[in-house]
Amino acid sequence: MENFLTIAILLPLASAFLAFLLPAKKPGAIRALAIFATGVSLLLAICIFSQFDRQNAGYQFVKSVEWLPSLGVNLKFGVDGISMTLLLLVSIVSFCGALVSHEIHEREKEYYILFLALTTGISGTFCSMDMFFFYFFYELAVIPMYLLIGMYGSLPAGKHGRTKEYATMKLTLYLTAGAVLALIGLLTMYYAGGRTFDMVELKKNLALNGATQQWVFACLLFGFGFLASLFPFHTWSPLGYAAAPTAASMMHAGVLKKLGAYGIIRLALPLLPEGARHWVDLLAILCIFNVLYAGLSALTQKDWKFVIGYSSVSHMGYVMLGIATLNVVGVTGAVLLMFAHGVMAALTFSLIGFFYHQTHNRNVPDLSGLARKIPFIGVCMVMAAMASSGLPGFANFASEVMVFIGAWHEGSFVFRVATICAVWGIVVTATYLLWAVRTSFFGPFDEKWNMLHDATTLKQKFPYVFLIAVLMTVGFWPRLLTDIIKPSVEKHVVAAIDNRGRPVAAMGQTPRLASAATGETRP
Amino acid sequence: MNPVWIILFAPLISAAVITLLTRKAQMLSALISCAAIITGFVLTLQLYSAMGHGEAHSLAPAPLTWLVIGDLVKIEIGATIDHLSVLMLLVVTGVGSAIHIYSLGYMKGDPGFSRFFACLSLFTFSMLGIVLSNNFIQIFIFWELVGVSSYLLIGFWFEKHSAAEAGKKAFLTNRIGDFGMMLGILLLWTQTGTFCFAELPAKIAAIPAGTLSLIAALIFCGAVGKSAQFPLHVWLPDAMEGPTPVSALIHAATMVAAGVYMLCRVAFLILPSETALHLIAWIGGVTALMAATIAIAQNDIKRILAYSTLSQLGYMVMAVGLTGITPAMFHLTTHAFFKALLFLGAGSVIHALHHEQDIWKMGGLWKKTPVTFWTFLIGTLALAGVPPLSGFYSKDAILLLAFEHNKLLFVIGVLTALLTAYYMGREVFVVFFGKPRDHHAYDHAHESPAVMTLPLVFLCVLSVIAGWGDKIPHFISEHMAEHGEHPALLTAGLIAVPVIGFLVAASIYLRPNPSDEPVKKALGKLWTLVENKYYFDELYALIIKYVQGTIATLCELFDRFILQKVGIGGLAGTTSLAGKTLRYLQTGNIQSYAFLFGLGVTVIIYYVVVR
Repeated sequence: MENFLTIAILLPLASAFLAFLLPAKKPGAIRALAIFATGVSLLLAICIFSQFDRQNAGYQFVKSVEWLPSLGVNLKFGVDGISMTLLLLVSIVSFCGALVSHEIHEREKEYYILFLALTTGISGTFCSMDMFFFYFFYELAVIPMYLLIGMYGSLPAGKHGRTKEYATMKLTLYLTAGAVLALIGLLTMYYAGGRTFDMVELKKNLALNGATQQWVFACLLFGFGFLASLFPFHTWSPLGYAAAPTAASMMHAGVLKKLGAYGIIRLALPLLPEGARHWVDLLAILCIFNVLYAGLSALTQKDWKFVIGYSSVSHMGYVMLGIATLNVVGVTGAVLLMFAHGVMAALTFSLIGFFYHQTHNRNVPDLSGLARKIPFIGVCMVMAAMASSGLPGFANFASEVMVFIGAWHEGSFVFRVATICAVWGIVVTATYLLWAVRTSFFGPFDEKWNMLHDATTLKQKFPYVFLIAVLMTVGFWPRLLTDIIKPSVEKHVVAAIDNRGRPVAAMGQTPRLASAATGETRP
Repeated sequence: MNPVWIILFAPLISAAVITLLTRKAQMLSALISCAAIITGFVLTLQLYSAMGHGEAHSLAPAPLTWLVIGDLVKIEIGATIDHLSVLMLLVVTGVGSAIHIYSLGYMKGDPGFSRFFACLSLFTFSMLGIVLSNNFIQIFIFWELVGVSSYLLIGFWFEKHSAAEAGKKAFLTNRIGDFGMMLGILLLWTQTGTFCFAELPAKIAAIPAGTLSLIAALIFCGAVGKSAQFPLHVWLPDAMEGPTPVSALIHAATMVAAGVYMLCRVAFLILPSETALHLIAWIGGVTALMAATIAIAQNDIKRILAYSTLSQLGYMVMAVGLTGITPAMFHLTTHAFFKALLFLGAGSVIHALHHEQDIWKMGGLWKKTPVTFWTFLIGTLALAGVPPLSGFYSKDAILLLAFEHNKLLFVIGVLTALLTAYYMGREVFVVFFGKPRDHHAYDHAHESPAVMTLPLVFLCVLSVIAGWGDKIPHFISEHMAEHGEHPALLTAGLIAVPVIGFLVAASIYLRPNPSDEPVKKALGKLWTLVENKYYFDELYALIIKYVQGTIATLCELFDRFILQKVGIGGLAGTTSLAGKTLRYLQTGNIQSYAFLFGLGVTVIIYYVVVR
């Protein structure tokens, strides 16, 4: 049982090595291997989830191997409620990503090797309890992503000379720049926290004064903000998704992007509570831009992938707003939204991939009445659009409501304005998504799309049905996840902030107090 | 299992079963859907009789905890069982059952037959959820779900441009209302710390008056969207693109009334606030009159009814604003009966004429479709408020209320009643009387099958008797405020109003054979104005195009040209600047290397020796 977690994380990477040995002439075998590895990982993740002790807020299934004792580096995996949720997300999305990758027809061997390495990279980051490996796995994810987009992507010739290579380069530069910025913060914490990378140890040892916390937090916030496409560091994101092949967009919008938000929740908030207090107002303002500015930009887009790309930037605004609340409801909502949005983004990109593979055109006005020819994909797309615009019954609604409640509860003027903007954001979301769905799937059928084939067999339908089923299960019964997220958020995140910053806010009071002055320093 | 849960979840199960399993078997799918709602109807009747014995409150099932975060947030899915909700359950399941059965005939042969019934079941589930809600988040959840089922059903014939557009418009307009509603719910929660209807009344008193008015107004926004009140009324007429049974069930009898129901449900919140009451009453009054004036110039058999629905919803909202919860619910109930009847009747005419909806291509149909004609006529009389039909009692309750509270709104109400009789008279006379205008259509016209006419008769009976003996008002509030004695003159006047309306309409449209609109020339520009619905659609389109469009374009341009250039350009620029700077150090000149080397050595020696 204890090894399940390690196997779930490392199996895809091990399979990638195995795939090296297989002949490139047998893509079928390699593809089967990839599906098998991600599928087993998913089963293991579900197994861990079912065995997860819902009363225990701490790390579970901890497995530690000494790596570099002199530097205090250990390979240490473990999951609490937060990383458990995200591990499930990676496993679900990577499995579905592998399933829909049949559209790749050249250099399959390299493709699947990269895809598998990417999977391990992301799940490793989510489950590392050691900062060194957190960073290591993150880099393990970024490099395959670069190659996947660069080699297998496609970007319709743009008006502004935007090519696939430009998009890839830009995405990678941004992600690396963000990672470097975060690294500065992480190293500062490493030295200040008694030269250990262990997150639990670090939390015990680390004592930075208020001023230091502020700038270290800024490094982490903006460093991770790059990854989470925080305004104004988001421009890599729509372009990058547009250029990426289907499975890479799914993994990136669905999962990789969540790493930024996860880094803030896991490292920045609990370790630097006073820094957090200092920056949250600015963060809330940036979130307004994320939600509305990116939402409005999405309104003007014509390319399906750009619409969804901007949409995902907009939705990350909700996640970041939830984080900025620093209270249990908001942060729990943010984590649940990371899950919900991840599944939803994967669903949308996989659906776009399905018809783009056949039409070679994803320009919304060029498509019309596709629902006659591909009704199944049409139904799924309507559901994805509804999920995305926060319809009850899908997981997104529950999480967005929690973010709204949490943000409103903060009570300060900035947060009130941010909440109002965020609630308006769901109107904007519905506007561009329903426009896109209505234009390309409804209306009179255009004969030039007569050659389209719908997903008819169970094998073809499975990934889409599965993703929708996940969204609806959590949507109908959000406690499935919130009951494990909430204790961990309370223990790891909110407790740290409340202890150092202020007394626990009682209901109805205006809970925000100036707290930067009460910085305590330990020798 | 608790019967209330069966009432609520049977339609959901039906929708799921049809979607996943029986989609191919059309008739089976339809029967599953009908069975679900009829089961609900029967169980509701049981509930109703249990209520008579005073046992109903114990019938409410234990709520399920949907979401819980510590002590701060607890959201339940529960059920409120009281007179208000049981009455509404009866309306939804009763009228719903009739319309489900009617749809068996009306939708026959449509390729999307199963999909239609799946959506209808989804709608029933959502609507029942609203009715049973015991807290604000739950009502919001189902509020959104009826929105989406309405979207799916309006856009049912999605290949039609207008249908797809209308569905989108309905959903988005509702979303604007829901935006206000969500903010109201959040504000209320900060003030009281609970979402639960049962706990709220005790905590209302502590809220400052200004805040309470704001909360009530924001929550009212939700009702403005869903019940299509001015200024968000524009979606409802377009919603007529949906199949006629949908117009009858969703856009006349039940969903659009949900706004009124919600206001009655949270009356404890609205009644203490003078300001909010005023706002609500006037929005209702304005909608009632405005929609009635538009209705006189429409030519589509269903659109006339749609504007009539708007107008009647305005009455109900006005009643709520005048603190008349009981009259509002009374009119909601009777309206559900006769408006559903009218829509189904219109559907029967459309069916008979093979999807012709223009009233100027009909005429003389009363001989061809007798059942439809008689039931439609009775529905019209009920709507206009002719005694002793149900509409008379409920409409008069509202008008008398207005007479007591606000004379100006009373005048508006009477004018609306006059117009109602006029435009309904116009519709009946043009469609059923005179000589046939389109002979081809007339010759092929036929009465609808029994599966469609029986629901008509059922609803017709209800439309006639629902007002008798003040049963419904007594059911809603057992201790109904005793009305003062109304002057007999007033009552006589109110009876005269519809009669005058009909007479005017008859004098214009019952002439031998007007084949074109006779009033058009007489009214001139005014006619153009109302025919074009006061240009609201055009106005909103302009606002969306210029305001939202401009902001969106600016955002996009900023993103593309400023951020992307500065971002990527900044990054690239810094890198190349650093490269250029470093290049100066690497001159390739041996003398300068030697010089720098010497300089370095000197500095090191200086530090080591001298210090």
